[in-house]
Amino acid sequence: MLAVALLAVGITSCKKNLILSPNNQISSQQVFSTPLGYTEAMAKVYGAYATTGNTGPYGNGDIQGVDEGTSDFFREFWNCEELPTDEAVITYTDPGVQDLHNMVWTATNAISQGLYYRCLFQITLCNNFLQQATPAMVASHGITGNDATMIAQYAAEARFLRAYQYWVLMDTFGNPPFETDATKIGSGIPPQISRTALFNYIVGELKAIDPLMVKPNQNQYGRADETAVWALLARVYLNAQVYTGTADYTDAITYSKKVITTTGYGLIPDFTQLMLADDSLNCIPGGGKTSEFILTINYDANKTQGYGGSQYLTHAATGGSIPPLLMGIDGGYDGSRTTSNIIALFPAPATTDGSQWPSNGNPDTRAEFWYPGQSPVINNLLTFTDGIGVVKFRNVNREGVGSNTTFTNTDLPLFRVPEQYLIYAEAVLRGGSGGDAGTALGYINQLRTRAYGGSNAGIITQAQLTTDFILDERARELFWEGFRRTDLIRYGRFTSASYLWPWKGGVKSGTGVADYLNLYPIPSSDIADNPNLKQNPGY
Amino acid sequence: MRKNYFKKYVLLFVLITMSFMAFAQTGGITGKVVDEKNQPLPGSSVTIDGTTIGQSADVNGAYAITHLKAGTYIVTAKFLGYVASKKTVTVAASTVTVNFALQPDNNNLNEVVVIGYGTARKKDLTGSIATVTEKDFNTGEVTSPEQLIQGKVAGVSIISNSGAPGAGSQILIRGGASVNGSNAPLIVVDGVPLSNDGIAGVASPLDLINPNDIASFSILKDASAAAIYGNRASNGVILITTKKGQNGAPQINFSTQLSIGKLTKEAPILSPSQFRTYIKQYGDSAQIAQLGTANTDWQKEIYQTSVSNDDNISITGTTGKLPYRVSIGYTDQNGILKTSSLNRYTANINLSPSFLTNHLKVDFNFLGSQVKQSFANTGAIGSANSFNPTDPVYSGNSIYGGYYEILAPTGANPEALKSLAPLNPLGLLNEEQNKSTSYRGIGSLAVDYKLHFFPDLHANVSVAYDGSNGQGYNDFPAYAASQYPGTADVNGVLQRGSNTRYKTVVGNSTLDGHLSYSHDFKSIKSHVDAVAGYSEQLFSTTTTNYATYFGNGEVNPNSIPTYPTGIGQYDLASVYGRLEYNYNSTYYLTGTIRQDVSTRFAPGIRTGNFPSIAAGWVISNEDFLKGNPVISNLKLRLEYGVTGNQDGIGDYEYLSDYSLSTSTAQYQFGQQFYQEYRPGAFFPGRTWEQTATTNFGIDYGFLNNRISGSLDLYYRATDHLLAPQNEPPLTNFGNVITANIGDMVDRGVELGITGQIIQSKDINWSVGINFTLNRNKITSLTVFPTPNFPGFQQGGISGGVGTYIQLDQVGYAKNSFYTYTQVYGTDGKPLDGVYLDKNGDGVINSADLSVNHSPDPQEYFGINSDVRVKKWNLGFVARANLGNYVYNNIASSTGLQTNFLNGLGIIENGSSNVLKTGFVSGQYLSDYYLENASFFRMDNIHIGYNFGKVFGSTGDLKISGNVQNVFIITKYTGVDPETTNGIDNNNYPRPRTYTLGLNLAL
Repeated sequence: MLAVALLAVGITSCKKNLILSPNNQISSQQVFSTPLGYTEAMAKVYGAYATTGNTGPYGNGDIQGVDEGTSDFFREFWNCEELPTDEAVITYTDPGVQDLHNMVWTATNAISQGLYYRCLFQITLCNNFLQQATPAMVASHGITGNDATMIAQYAAEARFLRAYQYWVLMDTFGNPPFETDATKIGSGIPPQISRTALFNYIVGELKAIDPLMVKPNQNQYGRADETAVWALLARVYLNAQVYTGTADYTDAITYSKKVITTTGYGLIPDFTQLMLADDSLNCIPGGGKTSEFILTINYDANKTQGYGGSQYLTHAATGGSIPPLLMGIDGGYDGSRTTSNIIALFPAPATTDGSQWPSNGNPDTRAEFWYPGQSPVINNLLTFTDGIGVVKFRNVNREGVGSNTTFTNTDLPLFRVPEQYLIYAEAVLRGGSGGDAGTALGYINQLRTRAYGGSNAGIITQAQLTTDFILDERARELFWEGFRRTDLIRYGRFTSASYLWPWKGGVKSGTGVADYLNLYPIPSSDIADNPNLKQNPGY
Repeated sequence: MRKNYFKKYVLLFVLITMSFMAFAQTGGITGKVVDEKNQPLPGSSVTIDGTTIGQSADVNGAYAITHLKAGTYIVTAKFLGYVASKKTVTVAASTVTVNFALQPDNNNLNEVVVIGYGTARKKDLTGSIATVTEKDFNTGEVTSPEQLIQGKVAGVSIISNSGAPGAGSQILIRGGASVNGSNAPLIVVDGVPLSNDGIAGVASPLDLINPNDIASFSILKDASAAAIYGNRASNGVILITTKKGQNGAPQINFSTQLSIGKLTKEAPILSPSQFRTYIKQYGDSAQIAQLGTANTDWQKEIYQTSVSNDDNISITGTTGKLPYRVSIGYTDQNGILKTSSLNRYTANINLSPSFLTNHLKVDFNFLGSQVKQSFANTGAIGSANSFNPTDPVYSGNSIYGGYYEILAPTGANPEALKSLAPLNPLGLLNEEQNKSTSYRGIGSLAVDYKLHFFPDLHANVSVAYDGSNGQGYNDFPAYAASQYPGTADVNGVLQRGSNTRYKTVVGNSTLDGHLSYSHDFKSIKSHVDAVAGYSEQLFSTTTTNYATYFGNGEVNPNSIPTYPTGIGQYDLASVYGRLEYNYNSTYYLTGTIRQDVSTRFAPGIRTGNFPSIAAGWVISNEDFLKGNPVISNLKLRLEYGVTGNQDGIGDYEYLSDYSLSTSTAQYQFGQQFYQEYRPGAFFPGRTWEQTATTNFGIDYGFLNNRISGSLDLYYRATDHLLAPQNEPPLTNFGNVITANIGDMVDRGVELGITGQIIQSKDINWSVGINFTLNRNKITSLTVFPTPNFPGFQQGGISGGVGTYIQLDQVGYAKNSFYTYTQVYGTDGKPLDGVYLDKNGDGVINSADLSVNHSPDPQEYFGINSDVRVKKWNLGFVARANLGNYVYNNIASSTGLQTNFLNGLGIIENGSSNVLKTGFVSGQYLSDYYLENASFFRMDNIHIGYNFGKVFGSTGDLKISGNVQNVFIITKYTGVDPETTNGIDNNNYPRPRTYTLGLNLAL
């Protein structure tokens, strides 16, 4: 009996190190053994901006704890940037959504939590890729020559994408946890980084990778080049006062000027052709004549499916009497509208019956709104017809032809040249050096001329060019592109009672709210898991 | 006590005196001992009370006692498992004939109970083990084995998942030990532990076992009994024993039954006239214009009266030296929701020969089955509640299969469907073919050898294989409304119609070898039983991935699978041992140990040890209680053990492996699209849950065990709970992983009472009552103690996307509801959107949510009664749950003005609750929708008549009638208060079933 027992113990011991491996998943060793494997891993590093999981459009999601359809990067980011402002209201009653416009969010807010986990997931993907893409690792797989050069470019871009996500976290959460590829994933609990230290990291990192990036307009469509690095630096410097307490408008001018003055960058002729199904034509690598788009998130109705990004911006915005056909989609989700504050920034439209699509004959063609059946007065945030419809993002091509589907082809720009014009002008007005007021006025008037369909009707004078004018111009030019919250904070108008909009602070006429809301809270779920984290004040 | 002793001695004195008085002449007693079926009971003993005179019955059950002095005797006939029978006999000079017909003992302590890796007499058990044998099984339309014992055992909750044919049940023993791991008990059929993994094409893997082939259930409820099953035993173990071959001439048993199922209650929605009134009152002209002229009861359209039948035939006997049992079963079950059905063939073979003068016993079992299922689109239930009841069922034209649909015509497409509008409920059912065919075979061969030179020792080796093959398809025709607007093909052209196939092959093999030793040490009044063994199971599941095809036969380019198959495998190797000791059948001590090595965990941390110890004291065997006429059995048990749980997690998750995205989740670089390689979340430190149970039990029997049962108190603590844990971001590729985190405790009381209220020749009445109280509490959930940690959301509801109604939170029961406190107006109506500002900060936000009731019953009862009067028998089985709460998701998602008059620009029907609340928009998290769903349910009423012999002296005919789901008493306002998760949302309703059965034994 003892012998049998010993024999049995002996057999079980054999199983102690038995590795049974799955047939439909492969180890990192296998993935990174070929150049294609690196490319497919890099496709995830980029693709995590557009897709929500491994099974488009839905299923096998990257982020758990939130509905997968809502866990897309741009949708989360857009919700956090736009919904708490005068630019957007929404009917949805999904958890946390209404708390954003009402400005009563807490540390358990599902939307800001989703953004937090999404950004940090994407950073983890970058860190992981970078650990696999060191020259030594690449060489160990026997990959050399052009393939090794390609992987080195991927690595530089992964660093850029990581810096971008850290910028999002710095802007929204201020003091997130922080790790780079220097630490093995899973080897320890990450420390927290202060907003100032993170600013210095981002700036340093961007400057370090600047020489490593592919030259402007030389990279594949959808991939970042050197211009994207400059564009992000300019954006970060413009907000340096908010991030660090010390302004740096001079560097904002330096880097925005680099973008603006690089050959090939400029404006496409027609503003209303910006956010369309064939908008890859808005940059040179995408097949266009001019690069207005610097870097895009690419969606494809067949191959890159999801319920975020341009799918969300088109479907959620469609409702009431907005014709889905003209939006290029199969049907609306009756969600988001804008407030009368934004409508007031534009001249009165020539028509409001929907006959002049999409700008209603407004002299400023950027006013792509839908009036029929919509009331400018918002009595109920949950009623789609309260508020003005937005038809800026459409899934039709330049000829107005749509594929009429659930998913969209409209790519979304993360960086667009007009923002750099506006950064330049604002930085000059705010006292940065290296630029001049005349050039600034010229850039603004370029935007306005294009907006007014090439006419001079919108041109302003030097005297009219004030920082307040810039804020309004940003609302007109960059409307719904994910800038408003950051802009209002930079102007001190996000929380204070100095600027109100419908239902700000949960009150119909608007009310000021506490300043701590300038930062989103670190999700309480992560505070519970990571003892290194300290909650942002006020939460 | 003194008094009882006195009585006993007086009785003895009288008997002895009587026998002396009758000493003068001699005579004899002869006769036959038979069982309740008039079969002889060879080996039964017949004794004269107060003497040492006795006889064993021969093979024909005959006995003869001779040389008795004339006089009056009390003669007792006994047989293991039967109630002893006493007869007073007056013997004169001649021989008297006395026949005994023994009745089976319902409470027999000598009953042999199947325990893990062996058997034991019931009176020797030290663990909390409940047994249910064939005679106590539920009757009626029983498709799945677990339904045989629903409501019969304290501490075992069995809730059918839905009313769909073969939907299976949620089986919870003592509430289940896990939050996110599986709560399903380990099921062992004839010694083969089954995998809890599903079988493709079958709603419940247990459906593939014919309940008619089952002889008994043993339920190991506490850790001391279950620990011998190690890291799969935390949720208890159910041992199923199938029927075996019997000795003697062939016996044929044929049974057939016919069942009719009906819907018990329609979901409470507005009637067509109420709907018209409501729309006219609140709608605008465009909405009122959508009112049609039809009066359609959509629920009537989708439900039907179902007719089902079930036939079984079995033959058992012995040919030569080979005892056998062969059975064939056929079940044809139709659901009350149209297009749902289950069709099953089963075959069962048992051969149990013995060799070498019974030293070598072989037991061969095979259970085989084929199940064909048709699954109805249960989306039709929600659609029937929503679809405009003033619209007709059919459109009168051929578009969308002739079913009326809500259109939004455009110039380009006059047949365009209104986006997001409900689809025709009947169309949803009839325009989908979701069918499967599954096979399962469980074969086992066990050889038990009693050593010739050392007969106390047995060596037992068994091999078993549980294989299944499930496959099916889901087919939608191109004209189905659900296919609108279609999916783009390679040319970007929209195609409708789809055909999806699936197939999974499961093969689990088991090898087990153990030695068992049993010896009576008479000199020291001790008995020892010991078992030591080794077992290995290899689990393998192969899923074939198929592309989807459009209605025109072309492949959907987005559906081409990345991998043709997915193979999941894991290996479980174990050693186990048990030592049982008793002194004088009064003091018991049992210890068990099992070591499991599971490849589901990382090397280095995959070995687990699961010990248990138990002690028992049979007080009724002590001198001071021996022969007590009131207390016939009293045993105390004290048990402690550790078990594990490794279900609910994947096979390889300790590795971070990369998987390639599908073709619909690619990313574009330049003009090229690439599939994405995503590193998977991993948890190298994960291991099994560990549950420690302490149990204190009393087994009792009064009045010669006419009243008997058990009382158990338990305390169960689960550590390393497999629960979702937020991973600190940057440390893993998933932000929520299932990890060992948190602790939970369950405290409970179980009481079982069985009473033989009347026990006589013509009338027998027995009643069984069981009561269970269980309190669950999560005691820790986070890695670091976090006072303000909000908990984990559970229980997604329909209405708002990503809205959860339940919460796992420290200090509360798992899956407790998490709601706002509704504020009511002076008229008693809930105020739209007004909630209690719990923290008084003037703002209603998530900080004002509070943990509310639990969906689990706080107490539950089962009661069953059987009366036999001569050839009639009448009985019922009823259950009651107390303190279970249900979230009425139908009311919360459709009882809203914005549902009836919605933003899509169409009108929809919904819960009549809107008339009570007048709510305009969604109040999903209001506790208004949380209802006390305590209920009393009459599960089963049955009546039977035994015709007895119908063909001369051979045939034995019984006819029975049965009603299941007879009635329910509850305050719950929805359709059915019994749910598996506390959320009532368009569940497939449980039918009321009427069954007529016939059983013929030859």
